[in-house]
Amino acid sequence: MIGSVGASFVLNGCIADKEEKVLENPEVLEDAIENGEGYGRTPAEAARDARLRSKTFFSEHEMETIAVLADMIIPTDNNFGSATDAEVPKFIEFIVKDMPEHQTPMRGGLMWLDHESNSRFQKIFVDSSRQQKIEIVDDIAYPDHVEPTKKQGAIFFNRMRNLVTTGYFTSKIGLECLGYKGNRPNVWDGVPEEVLREHGLAYDEKMLRECIKPEERNEVMNWEEYERTHML
Amino acid sequence: MHCRFWRAGGGMAANVLAEAGYKIAILEAGPDFDPANPDQITQLRFPYESPRRGAGTTRPFGDFDMAYGGWEIEGEPYTRNEGTKFDWFRSRMVGGRTNHWGRISLRFGPLDFKRKDFDGKGDNWPIGYEDVRPYYDKVDKMIGVFGTMENIPNEPDGFFLPPPKPRLHELYIKKGAGKVGIPMIPSRLSILTKTVNKKRGACFYCRQCSRSCAVYADFSSSSVLINPAMESGNVDLYVNAMVQEVTTDNEGKATGVSYINKEDYQEYQVKSKVVIMAASACSSARILLNSKSRQHPNGLANSSEHIGKYLHDSTGSSRGAVIPSLIGRKRYNEDGVGGMHLYTPWWLNDQKDLGFTRGYHIEYSGGMNMPAYGFGFNMKDQMNYARGEDIETKIARGYGLDLKEDVKLLYGSTVGMSGRGESIARKENYCEIDPNAVDKYGIPVLRFNYQWSDEERKQAQHMNDTFEEIIDAMGGIPLGEKPGAEDDYGLLNPGSIIHEVGTTRMGNDAKTSVVNKFNQAHDVPNLFVVDGGPFVSQADKNPTWTILALAWRASDYIKETMKTGRF
Repeated sequence: MIGSVGASFVLNGCIADKEEKVLENPEVLEDAIENGEGYGRTPAEAARDARLRSKTFFSEHEMETIAVLADMIIPTDNNFGSATDAEVPKFIEFIVKDMPEHQTPMRGGLMWLDHESNSRFQKIFVDSSRQQKIEIVDDIAYPDHVEPTKKQGAIFFNRMRNLVTTGYFTSKIGLECLGYKGNRPNVWDGVPEEVLREHGLAYDEKMLRECIKPEERNEVMNWEEYERTHML
Repeated sequence: MHCRFWRAGGGMAANVLAEAGYKIAILEAGPDFDPANPDQITQLRFPYESPRRGAGTTRPFGDFDMAYGGWEIEGEPYTRNEGTKFDWFRSRMVGGRTNHWGRISLRFGPLDFKRKDFDGKGDNWPIGYEDVRPYYDKVDKMIGVFGTMENIPNEPDGFFLPPPKPRLHELYIKKGAGKVGIPMIPSRLSILTKTVNKKRGACFYCRQCSRSCAVYADFSSSSVLINPAMESGNVDLYVNAMVQEVTTDNEGKATGVSYINKEDYQEYQVKSKVVIMAASACSSARILLNSKSRQHPNGLANSSEHIGKYLHDSTGSSRGAVIPSLIGRKRYNEDGVGGMHLYTPWWLNDQKDLGFTRGYHIEYSGGMNMPAYGFGFNMKDQMNYARGEDIETKIARGYGLDLKEDVKLLYGSTVGMSGRGESIARKENYCEIDPNAVDKYGIPVLRFNYQWSDEERKQAQHMNDTFEEIIDAMGGIPLGEKPGAEDDYGLLNPGSIIHEVGTTRMGNDAKTSVVNKFNQAHDVPNLFVVDGGPFVSQADKNPTWTILALAWRASDYIKETMKTGRF
């Protein structure tokens, strides 16, 4: 045989080391993730991320405007922070470099906003009063009710709203605000009883009989027993 | 012996043959991969750990999806004939697409092997359900699949682990579907609700099988088949090895393969007694078509000129809906397993007057999923659907605390339905070598030629009628417009469902097929194809379980033949 075979031996060693820890105790996975670098990138992906991070797209003024708009779209409430608390502007700076199709509409949209504000109030958007900002945004925040002359503004605002909303609800603060409970090792035993009742639904007898019982999940399946009890 | 591995079939062949003591060389076009390798893990990552919040910029199904590759791979193009469509998904890594697949593990039924007998279209397989059944049984027991005994004639039962209880939206859909006579049964997924051996952990319910499981609780060829094969000590794994062609001797028998090492761009050869192709249906076809010699001027094993022909993928069309009584729902961890807990198998096998002849199953999505890039887009439209025609409320919620509230209200109230159907394999749909293009390794690339027929369009129309029927019956509000004739009833491009098969089809007649009923090339006795290529027809079933069963069956045949030394 010709060629290199080094990789296979490395792989073997790896598996033998890790197996016991990982399999007996899924929580080890969480440790591995916390202590691991990055988020599972291939070398090419990691290099691309680093390249994007090394560049700056928005000017300081643009970032300032984005921050103001972001907090109008997702403000703070009694329990959960705002879009800027969740570092949404930082996400927007990254995403326009990651998806260049956002660049011109975002830059142009921010210019549109300043021009609109200048025309109406002789001030750029960030320097206008809170009431003036609301007047401008109210004109472009409802695409079904927008004056034809302000259509471009509405299209920009829609993009901005999408990015802010998605940036917020994928952040740590946003997930808490949403009440998201998943993404952790657990044992699924069906919809909580009180929720089933609230919706007037129930598991039928067949489901309850057939579905996995939490106490059985650590057993190794016994196929001989299965064959005895099931007609195949 | 050598097998070029990519998908389920290659892993299975390597596993069975390495255990039997044969020396195996596995050639993989991408890097090594193990779902438990901390540098590669994406499981249990939160969206904010990705700067693009899990968007699909570099990986088409999102940052956390475990497929290195996609519809387009830099430096590895493919082309299409004018007026035809085909999208080709490739995953370059040990385990290939099995690292991210949906784990839907369905057996073909007796009808699925003999559809021509029933509707006169396409061709029968040279084998039937009873030939494959013992191998389905072995695959079930070795790998693990949950499900329930249902006694549905063309949906054979197997050796099942217990399924998980349905989620809330699945109970809603089941209730609706039941009213209109559409069945919903526990899905059949290769995920370990109980384990099948001590090397693998049981599912801890994170709903992320698409990220490949670090405790090996789902079926990925990498963790479940390749790892144990490596432990046998009989396997040499060659990674980043881009196979160019199968080499042959003066008699036209396979002698091994030549490949380009992607690291140094040099050409190497591996010699072997037997060559097993498992590069995925189209990649295997490409390699064989590129393996030209004096004895095989049209490519290796291609005296029938059937390699590349009869390419076919599953059909797909989808619809979404809002379930109003789920708006503002109570929060709890609803992850469950990676995929649906209930599905609808094809229920109209006995009807011949539908206007199309092959069936589809329905997959369901929904629930309180983990948000990622795209979550909360187009809120205005979504709330409009949810609230009907109340203009006043539409106006109130463009931004601010109201918008924040709307996102929370709507969360977890939408469901999706996707039909996945059988298309009819046709000779006119094929891949071939493009005479005008090579990839960056100098290897001639594939050119696709594929068009749907009215059979598939009418089937997609029926899917959409069914979706609306179910949505209506469960009191849901359909999202978006119902696709019509002008957009082929929402039928996705061929290739999109990533079930492409048929390019080296199986048959008894060497003039109209490429391999025999043991996946052995008619022309080259020491050459086997164990991916989706040998499929005569693909049923509405996801192909993986049948690929695995046939690969095991072919491996047993290879073992027997090796004993007698007849290659």
